[in-house]
Amino acid sequence: MLPGHRSIKTALRTALWFMFLTLPFMVVRVNTLKGEVEWRWQNMLWVGLAVFLLAIVWDIALSNRHKRSDRKPSASQTLSRLSQRVFHDKTVYLPIIAGVFCLALLFPWLFNTYQVNIMVLALMFVVLGLGLNITVGLAGLLDLGYIAFFAVGAYTYALLNTKFGVGFWFSLPIGGIVGATFGILLGFPILRLRGDYLAIVTLGFGSIAKIVFENWEEVFNGAKGIAGIGRPGLFNIEMSLEATTTYIYYLMVALVMFAAFMTNRLKESRIGRAWLALREDEIACVTMGIDMARTKLSAYAFGAFWAGLVGVIFAARNTYINPNSFTFMESALVLSVVVLGGMGSIVGVMIAAMVLILLPEYLRAVAEYRMLVFGAVMVLMMIFRPQGLVSNVHRYYRKHSETDAAQKG
Amino acid sequence: MEYFLQLFSSGLTRGSIYALIALGYTMVYGIIQLINFAHGEIYMIGAFVALIVSGVLTIYGFSGASILVFAAVVAVIYAAAYGYTLERIAYRPLRGAPRLSPLISAIGMSIFLQNYVLLAQTPDFLPFPALIPEFEFIEPLAHIIGSAELVILTVSTISMIALTALIKYSRIGKAMRATQQDMHMARLVGIDVDRVISVTFVIGSVLAAIGGVLVGSYIGQINFYIGFMAGIKAFTAAVLGGIGNIPGAVLGGLVLGLSEAFAAGYISSAYEDVFAFGVLVLILILRPAGLLGRAVKQKV
Repeated sequence: MLPGHRSIKTALRTALWFMFLTLPFMVVRVNTLKGEVEWRWQNMLWVGLAVFLLAIVWDIALSNRHKRSDRKPSASQTLSRLSQRVFHDKTVYLPIIAGVFCLALLFPWLFNTYQVNIMVLALMFVVLGLGLNITVGLAGLLDLGYIAFFAVGAYTYALLNTKFGVGFWFSLPIGGIVGATFGILLGFPILRLRGDYLAIVTLGFGSIAKIVFENWEEVFNGAKGIAGIGRPGLFNIEMSLEATTTYIYYLMVALVMFAAFMTNRLKESRIGRAWLALREDEIACVTMGIDMARTKLSAYAFGAFWAGLVGVIFAARNTYINPNSFTFMESALVLSVVVLGGMGSIVGVMIAAMVLILLPEYLRAVAEYRMLVFGAVMVLMMIFRPQGLVSNVHRYYRKHSETDAAQKG
Repeated sequence: MEYFLQLFSSGLTRGSIYALIALGYTMVYGIIQLINFAHGEIYMIGAFVALIVSGVLTIYGFSGASILVFAAVVAVIYAAAYGYTLERIAYRPLRGAPRLSPLISAIGMSIFLQNYVLLAQTPDFLPFPALIPEFEFIEPLAHIIGSAELVILTVSTISMIALTALIKYSRIGKAMRATQQDMHMARLVGIDVDRVISVTFVIGSVLAAIGGVLVGSYIGQINFYIGFMAGIKAFTAAVLGGIGNIPGAVLGGLVLGLSEAFAAGYISSAYEDVFAFGVLVLILILRPAGLLGRAVKQKV
C-alpha cells in the first residue's frame, strides 16, 4: 500500500515537530565543566529524515492494526496459524527440537570459549525470562524488582561459599529455596495490591535490596562486593578455565531444559490454570473458589525460585559479585525478554532472550544503543503486537472447543 | 533547635519539589488511571534543557538571574512538548487496552528517554550554572534557610496556587474535573476527552519541568538518571496523599520531604532512599487510599 497524499503531509509535520523536540539534545552538546559548546547541525538532518520515514511506516502500521480488528484473515493471523502448526504438528516440531538440541550439545566444540561464555549469559537470561514469565506472563503480576531474587541467590552462594566453604552443588538448591522464600515474604504484604501499585512496590523492593547490599558492610561487604567465590566443581577434579566454562555451559543447557519442562508442566497444571484465571479476571477468579493468596504467593515463589537458582550459577561463573550487577536495568532487561517473547509463551521467551542478549554482543555497533532499543521495543510491542513474537499456545484450546461446538451444534 | 530548623527548611524545600512532580502523577492517574512511569524523565528533560540553555548562554558571556528565567521558560516549553508527544505516541494508541499494556509501554518510554539523553548528551554529571542570586535581606536567617531554598518555596507555592485556580475556575479545568469523574459521561456532554488528557499531560510536564529547573540550580549538578529516583519519590508522595487527589499530592510531598530530611539528619543518610520506599510500602499496605483519598470500591 502506497502512502497517500495526506499521510505524507502528516509525516512532514511530524518530522518538523521532532526536529524541534530533539533540537537541544541532538544539536547542542554543552560541557559546563570545561565551558565548551559543540554544535552538531548535521544531526538535525538525520532526525528529520528518520522521523519522516518512521512516521509513514507508523501511519500504515496503525491503520493496519485498526483494519485487523475489523477483518478476519490477515498476515499476522497466518503467522499465528503457522506457529500453531509448528507447535502442534509432531512431524514439524520434533525435528526442530532435535536439531536445536544437537546444536546446543555441539556448541562448545564448534566455537571458542568467548562465544561459549556469551552463550552461558544468554542461557541465564532464558531461565530468568522463564521464571519471570511465571509471575508476569502467567499470573499477570508485574514485577519490576525481579532481579532482587537473582541477587539473593547470588549472595546466598557467595556468603555460603566464602564464609562457610559450602560447595556449589549443595548451594544450588539452597539458592533457589532462599529465593523462593524471599518471593513469598515479599509477596505477603502486597497480596491485596492491584496491578500498577504492585509494580511500583516491587520496584521499591528491588531498589531496597540493592541499597541494603550496598550499605551493609559487615555482611555483604558493601559496594566492594564479594570476591574469590568458588567455581562449580565435579568430584574434586581440577579444571582449567575453558573446561569450567564448558562445564557451566552444559549445566545451563540442562537447567534451561529443566526450566522449560517444568514451566510447561506447571502451565497446564491446576495451579497454572489458576494463574491464568487470576491474570484474566481477579474477581471472577476468586468467585470461582480459587484461593487468591495461595495462587499469587505460589506465582511469586516459583518465579523467584528460578531467579535464585540462576543467581547461584551467576556467582559461581563470575567468582565475583557486587551490587552493581543487580540494578533496575537488569530487571527491565528480563522484563523486555518476557514482553518481546510474548507473555506466557515459553518458546517465545527463549527466542527473545537469545535475540536480546546475543544481538548486542555480536553487533558491537548497536551495543551502545541497546537500552534505547529495549525501551522502544517495549513500547512498540505493546502497541502493535501485545501478544509477543510467539503468541501463547493456550489459544489453541479455545479455538478447538469452538470448532467442536460448531460441529455439534 | 537550630539544627532542627535547618532540617525543617531543607525538608520543606525537598518536599515542595516532590509535590510539584507528584501533581503530574496524580492528575494523570486521576483521569486515565495510568501511572505515567516516564514522568520522572520529563522532569529530567526539563532540568537538562535548562542546563543546556543556561550553559550555552553563560559560555557565550551572558550572566545574571535573567538567564535562569529564560532557561526556565525554554525548559517548560520543551517539557510540555515532550509530555504531549509522550502521550500521543505511547499512551493514546493503547486506550482501552488491558491495564498492564500502557504501564509496560510507560516503562519502555522511561528507559528510552533516559538513554536518549545519555547517548545524545553525556553519561556524566554536569555542573548546573549557579544562577539563583544571593538575597541580602535573608542574611539574618542565612544559617537556617538559603536564598535558593526561599526561591524554591516561593516558586512552587505560586505554581500550586496557579494550578488550583486553573482547575477550579477555568473552562478546561472544569472539563478536567468532569473527565476525572466520568470519562464516558464527559464525552457525551461534548467534552473533547482526548484534548483534556493532552492538556493534563502538558500541565503535569510544566510542573515537573519547574521542579527540574529548581532542583538543578539548587543541587548544582544533574545527569540523565536523576528522573528515576525523583520519579519514584514523587510517586510515593502522590500515593501517600491519596492518588488522584490534588491537595493530597502536595501534602504527601511535604510529609515525605520532611520525614526524609529528619530521618537523614537524626538517624542515617545511607538508608535515606530505603526510608522513602518503606513509607510507600507501609502506606500501600495499611491505607492504600492515602492520607486524603477516599477508598474506592472496585466495581464488578
